[in-house]
Amino acid sequence: MALISTRHIKEAVYDMCKNSNYNLPADVSEAMLAASRQEKSSLGKQVLAQLVENSHLAREQNIALCQDTGMIVVFLEIGQEVSLTGQAIEEAINEGVRSAYQDSFFRNSIVHDPLIRDNTNDNTPAVVHYKIVPGDTVKIVVSPKGFGSENMSALRMLKPSQGLDGVKAFVLETISTAGGNPCPPMIIGVGIGGTMEKVALLAKEALMRPINQDHILPHVASLEHELLAEINKLGIGPQGFGGSVSALGVNIEVYPTHIAGLPVAVNVSCHVTRHQQRILAPKNGGDLL
Amino acid sequence: MELFPPLMAIESLECGDEVRFQGVVYTARDAAHKRLVKLLEQGEELPFPAKGAVIYYVGPCPAKPGEIVGSAGPTTSSRMDDLTLPLLEAGIKGMIGKGERSEKVITGIKKHKAVYFAALGGAGALLARCIKHMELIAYPELGPEAVYKLEVVDFPAIVAIDARGRSIYQEGRKQYQAGGMLHG
Ligand code: SF4
Repeated sequence: MALISTRHIKEAVYDMCKNSNYNLPADVSEAMLAASRQEKSSLGKQVLAQLVENSHLAREQNIALCQDTGMIVVFLEIGQEVSLTGQAIEEAINEGVRSAYQDSFFRNSIVHDPLIRDNTNDNTPAVVHYKIVPGDTVKIVVSPKGFGSENMSALRMLKPSQGLDGVKAFVLETISTAGGNPCPPMIIGVGIGGTMEKVALLAKEALMRPINQDHILPHVASLEHELLAEINKLGIGPQGFGGSVSALGVNIEVYPTHIAGLPVAVNVSCHVTRHQQRILAPKNGGDLL
Repeated sequence: MELFPPLMAIESLECGDEVRFQGVVYTARDAAHKRLVKLLEQGEELPFPAKGAVIYYVGPCPAKPGEIVGSAGPTTSSRMDDLTLPLLEAGIKGMIGKGERSEKVITGIKKHKAVYFAALGGAGALLARCIKHMELIAYPELGPEAVYKLEVVDFPAIVAIDARGRSIYQEGRKQYQAGGMLHG
């Protein structure tokens, strides 16, 4: 049995909440630079250059990349040989979020009750997804998700007869409708398969993968490339002002599904797609690997 | 082009023009809009001079000690669409946000010869640098959604919908659409 203290998870969540709001992931930074070279519209080029400047400023001066410091989404992969010790896990995670947001003066964007809409004033709770996996480590992914883009996301239960063409049409329709709202250039996570709740989760998981990394299945990877090319033909452009770069990447995750169904979910994200990850090992109760 | 609010004649601005704001803009987003519109419905005055005023749709991050404001980029404007017309009628001339507006708002913009500007979404760090002063005007209980008076210098924006109702979101997109599955 491997013991890992939830205190280490709390500390890791704290660090990642802070860092992810200041530092764009390397793959997104690179894609933004490439986009600013490729963009055909001169206004679009200028916009991209300013967005790159924004990310430098955020990194150098510890200013949040975006004022929407998001709702925290956490993916926890817990090795089945691990026993967690200390405080209750979800409490530990939320304490990490709370302290990070307070110490960093990030915006508190969470309302406690979705209908009454009273702000929790500490940006908790996080949305936490748990997975039990083989092994004796804990992998933690932290991603602050902004809602300008989250709101443009969509899920549809397609008929199997709609097939691949139906999937493509739904993704393109969703992005076309989103237009300039989700702060393009966007990053798109797509889930295909599973059940209704599974497909939504797949779409979110897809956003956690670096955009320069293709799906391991060749037919899925080629769909990622095809959809990216199609999205960029929509003409939305940086900030929706028109241009040749509307998205930086499309990531897809797939899962087996029912003979009668073809669920598809599109999780829209923006040029401020933030995520970080850490792996905790049992030595000394949770050292960093 | 430089703009010094309150805005007067801005009919010469065309969609796609780059502008820089110098002077005062007021913040208001979802919750504040509800309250401002309610004031107007009750026949009361806005908590700031409405004539020619510019409203910035923003809910900034709080200021760190010794700083003026945290990250402060625009929020999605369409959420304010249903609450925009009464403010235009009250004399508001400019709105700064991000993303498309409804047909109703575009019609209102034309009627009142107002302009909708787009600031860079997701450039909160960059835009915060242009804010030189921030003062609470109304609704402190709304936290980041309260109404603030901001003094800005060289605050960059694009004319997104001009007083004739031309929208960069429609025109820009048309120009760069390249056929493809959806439009082929
Ligand atoms: S969509 Fe992204 S970049 Fe735009 S405001 Fe929201 S978090 Fe920020």
